Amino acid sequence: MDEQLIIAGFGGQGVQLMGQLLAKSGMKEGKNVSFLPSYGPEMRGGTTNCNVVIADDPIASPIVGEATCAMVLNLPSLIKFEDSVIPGGALIVNSSLCTQEVKRNDIKVISIPANDVALELGNIRVVNMIMLGAYLELTHSVKVETVLECLKENFGPKKQHLVAINEKAIAAGASYVK
Amino acid sequence: MNERILMKGNEAIAEAAIMAGCRQFFGYPITPQNQIPEYMSKRMPQVGGTFLQSESEVAAINMVYGAAAAGGRVMTSSSSPGISLKQEGISYIVGAELPAVIVNIVRGGPGLGGIQPAQCDYYQATRGGGHGDYRMVVLAPSTVQEAVELTQEAFDIADYYRNPVMLLGDGMIGQMMEPVTMKPIEKRELPEKTWAATGWDGKSRPRAILNSLFIDPAVLEQHNLKLQAKYAAMEKDEVRVEIDCPEDSEYIVVAYGTMARIASKAISMARAEGMKIGMVRPITLWPFPSQALKNCVTDKVKHVMTVELAAGQMLDDVRLSIGNNVPTSCYSRLGGMVPTSREIYEQFMKLGKGGNE
Amino acid sequence: MAIVYQKPKALTDKPFHYCPGCTHGIIHRLVAECIDELGIQDRTIGVAPVGCAVFAYDYFNVDMLEAAHGRAPACATGVKRVNPNNIVFTYQGDGDLASIGCAEIVHAANRGENITVIFVNNAIYGMTGGQMAPTTLVGQVTTTSPYGRDPMSAGYPIRISEMLSQLEGPALVERVSVHDVKNVVNAKRAIKKAFQNQIDGKGFSLVEVLSTCPTNWGKTPQEALKWLQENMIPQYPLGVFKDKEAK
Repeated sequence: MDEQLIIAGFGGQGVQLMGQLLAKSGMKEGKNVSFLPSYGPEMRGGTTNCNVVIADDPIASPIVGEATCAMVLNLPSLIKFEDSVIPGGALIVNSSLCTQEVKRNDIKVISIPANDVALELGNIRVVNMIMLGAYLELTHSVKVETVLECLKENFGPKKQHLVAINEKAIAAGASYVK
Repeated sequence: MNERILMKGNEAIAEAAIMAGCRQFFGYPITPQNQIPEYMSKRMPQVGGTFLQSESEVAAINMVYGAAAAGGRVMTSSSSPGISLKQEGISYIVGAELPAVIVNIVRGGPGLGGIQPAQCDYYQATRGGGHGDYRMVVLAPSTVQEAVELTQEAFDIADYYRNPVMLLGDGMIGQMMEPVTMKPIEKRELPEKTWAATGWDGKSRPRAILNSLFIDPAVLEQHNLKLQAKYAAMEKDEVRVEIDCPEDSEYIVVAYGTMARIASKAISMARAEGMKIGMVRPITLWPFPSQALKNCVTDKVKHVMTVELAAGQMLDDVRLSIGNNVPTSCYSRLGGMVPTSREIYEQFMKLGKGGNE
Repeated sequence: MAIVYQKPKALTDKPFHYCPGCTHGIIHRLVAECIDELGIQDRTIGVAPVGCAVFAYDYFNVDMLEAAHGRAPACATGVKRVNPNNIVFTYQGDGDLASIGCAEIVHAANRGENITVIFVNNAIYGMTGGQMAPTTLVGQVTTTSPYGRDPMSAGYPIRISEMLSQLEGPALVERVSVHDVKNVVNAKRAIKKAFQNQIDGKGFSLVEVLSTCPTNWGKTPQEALKWLQENMIPQYPLGVFKDKEAK
């Protein structure tokens, strides 16, 4: 396995959390992982992204230039990273915010109206988990259970009640992958 | 403790410092190293140490001077512009022969520059940086795990020689997360700090005077010769390098820190195309692994290329090491731009074409 | 035979390099006497400045650091944070403390750092040959204010004690002088209190001592003492500017 991932969106959409959950889950499953966030002023309000590598072999570069999968949570991210996906790779698009059509036809595209799905679930903040659910269903690079385990650790004792809706969001995202 | 935990480079450096017995940290906020002081502010009170956010980088390095003079295991961290401000203090720390660890998470310059990863402080770090004729061991980790090990080493090297040590990373190593094992390094025999200013009872030792002023030039020359002898010892005993250079290599890449790992992927790609290419990764930038590099440059070698986030600063040391008999060049990106492995691979391919013609 | 007067133990045998009539010698002695009387020589760490007192490490018979110009309060902070039981003092001139080291002194004071600062104000840069200091009086002639200090271009003499007294942090800020016996006795009382405060854990204490520089003022020692009294004291009034205890 050599998953080269780009995750991108607005600051506040939980992009960095998605990346960290994937990296931590990969680590727990005994794989080599790296997580590289964008940093600086763009963290606040603007676009933000991260690179995640999950691999069987030791990781040379933590920078993902040629992604096996990109998850884009908003339109600027789609424009910026559409071309970074390798032919045959996957692009998971939050179609609620990406009003523009995907141009590539040599990659697998999964469109999810993640904002709308999140609102249906009752919490706009689970957009990231819906996207993550689709990715997990598509690649099975790490197990959903491991991700949930990491999420529980992340939340701490006071926020455990939020685990359930995140689990639902992951399942909802997965249902968009056929 | 052999558990793997996912940690940001900056936080791993801070925890490794605490593991190495660092109990005083003085710093001032600057991107992209802020997680080091933030982590220290949380951890130091837990271990009975001191975290102090100073009024400036200048004050921070002078607090380091004081704490080191008092016998503490002390660290400061900053990024390029802040490190420039610390240079005065570093020079005094060297002059007074005090041990301290200085972390530079380098960003693009000059001036305020940017905040993205760079290696443009190579000259400053490897040539001392401040005024006066001095050096310090400069350690350049390429993974978060290596940063954990080298941070601990840094304290031992500093104490052993009574000279500051710099850990040189970049925004990428500072910000990225990787699994690490927080295991302690093998301890070296360290001399007792009998020179520290801890209060003098008038008999058990000479009065401590931690000072870099020697007004008599003859005395100052002797002091300098003593420092130079230490640097000679460091050059002999502290060189660290990783070599992946098959004997039939026709091309050699020299890269350090995060660039080395990005270049190593490019090397794998080039080797898959049949290119005979090796890599030398200096782990100590000073002392530079001159002899190790020289040994790799057999008569089969057609070209030596550095890959740097700087305009060929390390190339100077490569040339000093191997002379001018073999063509050399530098592939560089500047200002915080980081090349992908493919971009580096394409440079190798160009080299290959030129070399085979 | 009874000994009625001797050199304090906290001074070494090294003869001072200070100019004839300079009051640094008196201030050194006062600090040393206080260290002796408080019985803290074996746990006192001094931090010397850059300026005339740069060689203070040769004179104070305690563990000493020589700091970079203006940075003594930062160095002292470092020492104190490693070994809080040490009694740490800085000895700084007006160029060192009030000019290049302004940030360090303000923030050490503001943190209430439990150190003692002896601030020697003689309104001039002595060691470098009589240049204008931040404390130089309006109209005072120095080698870099040859027409007299002009506040329109060089600003006004800076009153450090008044300034620092506005902060919450300091326990004690007091200005004293050493131009006559009465004032020398009073200066010693203030210095001793500044050390006692540290022993008692009360926090940052600074004593500003008005001092003479006959050489660079171009005066005889006697004239210099008179000049201090007549010119410096009106600009720098003596007294306690802050004393947390007095509240």
